[in-house]
Amino acid sequence: MNAPVKAEAGYNFAYLDEQTKRMIRRALLKAVAVPGYQVPFAGREMPLPYGWGTGGIQVTASVIGPDDTLKVIDQGADDTTNAVSIRRFFAKTAGVATTTGTAEASIIQTRHRIPETPLKAGQIMVFQVPIPEPLRWLEPRETVTRRMHAEADYGAMHVKLYEDIARMGRITTSYDYPVMVNRRYLMRPSPIPRFDNPKLDRSPALMLFGAGREKRIYALPPHTLVKSLDFEDHPFAIERWTQRCQRCGAPDSFLNEIVVDDRGTRRFVCSDTDYCDGRMA
Amino acid sequence: MYVAVKGGEAAIDAAHELLAKRRRGDPSVPELSIDQIREQMSLAVDRVMTEGGLYDLNLAALAIKQARGDMVEAIFLLRAYRTTLPRLIDAEPIETGGMRIERRISAVFKDIPGGQQLGPTFDYTHRLLDFALAGESEPAADRPLPPTPGDTKPRVTDVLGHEGLIEAATKAEDGVQPGDITRTPPTFPTPRDVRLQTLARGDEGFLLGMGYSTQRGFGHSHPFVAEIRKGHVAVEVAPPELGFAVEIGEIELTECEMVNQFKGSETTPPQFTSGYGLAFGGSERKAMSMALVDRSLRAAELGEEVTAPAQDQEFVLSHADNLDASGFVQHLKLPHYVDFQSELELLRRIRADWTAEREAAE
Repeated sequence: MNAPVKAEAGYNFAYLDEQTKRMIRRALLKAVAVPGYQVPFAGREMPLPYGWGTGGIQVTASVIGPDDTLKVIDQGADDTTNAVSIRRFFAKTAGVATTTGTAEASIIQTRHRIPETPLKAGQIMVFQVPIPEPLRWLEPRETVTRRMHAEADYGAMHVKLYEDIARMGRITTSYDYPVMVNRRYLMRPSPIPRFDNPKLDRSPALMLFGAGREKRIYALPPHTLVKSLDFEDHPFAIERWTQRCQRCGAPDSFLNEIVVDDRGTRRFVCSDTDYCDGRMA
Repeated sequence: MYVAVKGGEAAIDAAHELLAKRRRGDPSVPELSIDQIREQMSLAVDRVMTEGGLYDLNLAALAIKQARGDMVEAIFLLRAYRTTLPRLIDAEPIETGGMRIERRISAVFKDIPGGQQLGPTFDYTHRLLDFALAGESEPAADRPLPPTPGDTKPRVTDVLGHEGLIEAATKAEDGVQPGDITRTPPTFPTPRDVRLQTLARGDEGFLLGMGYSTQRGFGHSHPFVAEIRKGHVAVEVAPPELGFAVEIGEIELTECEMVNQFKGSETTPPQFTSGYGLAFGGSERKAMSMALVDRSLRAAELGEEVTAPAQDQEFVLSHADNLDASGFVQHLKLPHYVDFQSELELLRRIRADWTAEREAAE
C-alpha cells in the first residue's frame, strides 16, 4: 500500500469540478435505483483518451474521497501500463492512498477482470465499459435498443444464443457475456471473461459501470440478482483449464497463457497478479 | 517471466522522456515558438480551435507544438483543457451579417450586392512547390501586412430570399435555449441546433468524406454555394447586472450557406432549402463539408426518404467526433489478453467438437 501523497496544485480534488461530480452522482443514484438500466450522463472530456477508461475514471472521481484507498487493475494486473497510468492520475489529482491488495482497497477500478479474492461489503468496483449496450451487435441503433429495453424485448438475444448452439453446439460469446439483472434489464458486464460473471451475482460490493465515450452509467447495488443468460439444456458454463497456475499453483483462478519461447512453449499463470503474489507470499 | 505489456512506471516515464526529445527534434535547429505557429501555421491553428471547441489562438498553437503537429492530438489537448474552464456567461448570438469581410463569394449569382471578394484563398493557385519559400527570408517580408478589412456586406440569402424561393433561416423561439452537447448526453432523433453543434466539432476529414458521398449519389441533395464568407465578427455579452450587451472582442469565422433543391411536400412549397456550416478562422473546407452534411441530415424533417449514410443521424453524429473515434480505435493497443484467452479456450473446444464429429462420421 502506498500512503496518501500531496495532490497536485491547480486541480480540483480528483480532477473533476464539483458540479460535474454532482451530475455524475445523480446519474449513479439513478443507476443504483434501477439496477442494470443505462443512465445517460453528460460525460466530460478527460485528459486520457476515450476508450481508455474515461467512463470508469469519471465514476471513480465522483465517488472517491480523501480517505479512500484505490486499486486499479487492467486484465487483472496492477502493473499493466494503463492501470499504472490511471492509478497515477488519481495519486496526482486526489493524493489518495493506492494499493495492489484487493482486500485493502475501498475502490477498485478495473478493466476486463473482477479480482479472485472475494469482495466485501463496503467495497466499490468501478468497471470501464467500452460498449454499454448489450443489444448493440444485434441492433446498431440507439433509438431501437432503448425501446427494446423499455419493453424488455430480449427475444433477439435469445435467438442469437440459440443460433450459436444450433450452428456451433455451444454459445460462442466468451467475454462480455450478457446477464439479466434483477429479472428485468439485460446488461453487458463489460468485457470480463465468462469466468467472472458468477462473481457479479449477489455480490456484497457495489458495482458501478462507466462508459465515457458512449456517455452511459449503470450499476449493480449489493446483493443484486445477476443471471448469465442460458437455456435449461445448455446451462451457462465458465472457462476451465486442465492445468493449475504454474507460478502459485492456484487451481481456481483465471489463467493467462504465456508463450515463453520461439517454439511456442506455453506457460499458464494467474491473470490476477495480487492473488498470485498473495499465494506466493 | 513474460513482461511484454507490463513494465509499469519506469517504462512510462522513459517513454515520455523519449517523446519529449522526439518532439524537440535536432537541438541544433532553432525551436519553434508559439508566435511562429500562430502566425505561420494559422490554418492548423484554426482547425484545432474549431474541433477543439475553444477560440484561443495561443493555446491552439501551444497544443500543435506539444502534439508534434498531430492535429487530432492537438485537438484533444485543447478539448481536455476546455472542459476544465468555468462558464461565466453565454454570449449573445453572433451576427454574421455584420462581419468585417475578408473573403466573400457566391456561386449562385454572378453579381451580388457588395460584390464578390476573393480574399486569401488557395483556390486559383497553381499547386507548384515554391522553392523560394525554402530560403531563409521571404521577398515580401518588408511589405507591410494590409490592414484587416473593415467592410460589412449583407448576407446573400438575406438579400435574395425575399421571394420565398430560399428557405428563411429559422429563428429560435423566444425563451428556448439552444441545446448544449457538452452538458446534455446525446439522444436521437436530434434537433438541428444539437446536430450543428456536433458537426461544428466533428472531424474535418470525416465530414468531408460524408459530404462528398452526398455529391456522388448517396443521398444526393443538389447543393449550390449561396455564399461563403470569412472575416471578423464581434462577440457580445449582456451581463444581467448591466442590462445591455457589451462587445468583449472579435473572433474570425468562416460561414457557408448552401442552398439545395427541394421538391416540396404536403406542408412546404417547393423551394431551396439550406445547409449551414460555421467554423473558426479560415476553415473553409470544414464549413462547406458541414453545410453539405447539415442539409443531408435534414432529410427526415423535410420528409425525404432516408437511404444514405450521410442522411442517417445516428450514423453521422455518433461517428463524427475524432476524439471518440481516435480513442476507441487506438484502445485496441491496450492489452486484451484476458478476452483473447477466453476466445482461445472457446475456439479450442469448438475445434475439438468439430474433430470429434468428423471422426465419429468416418
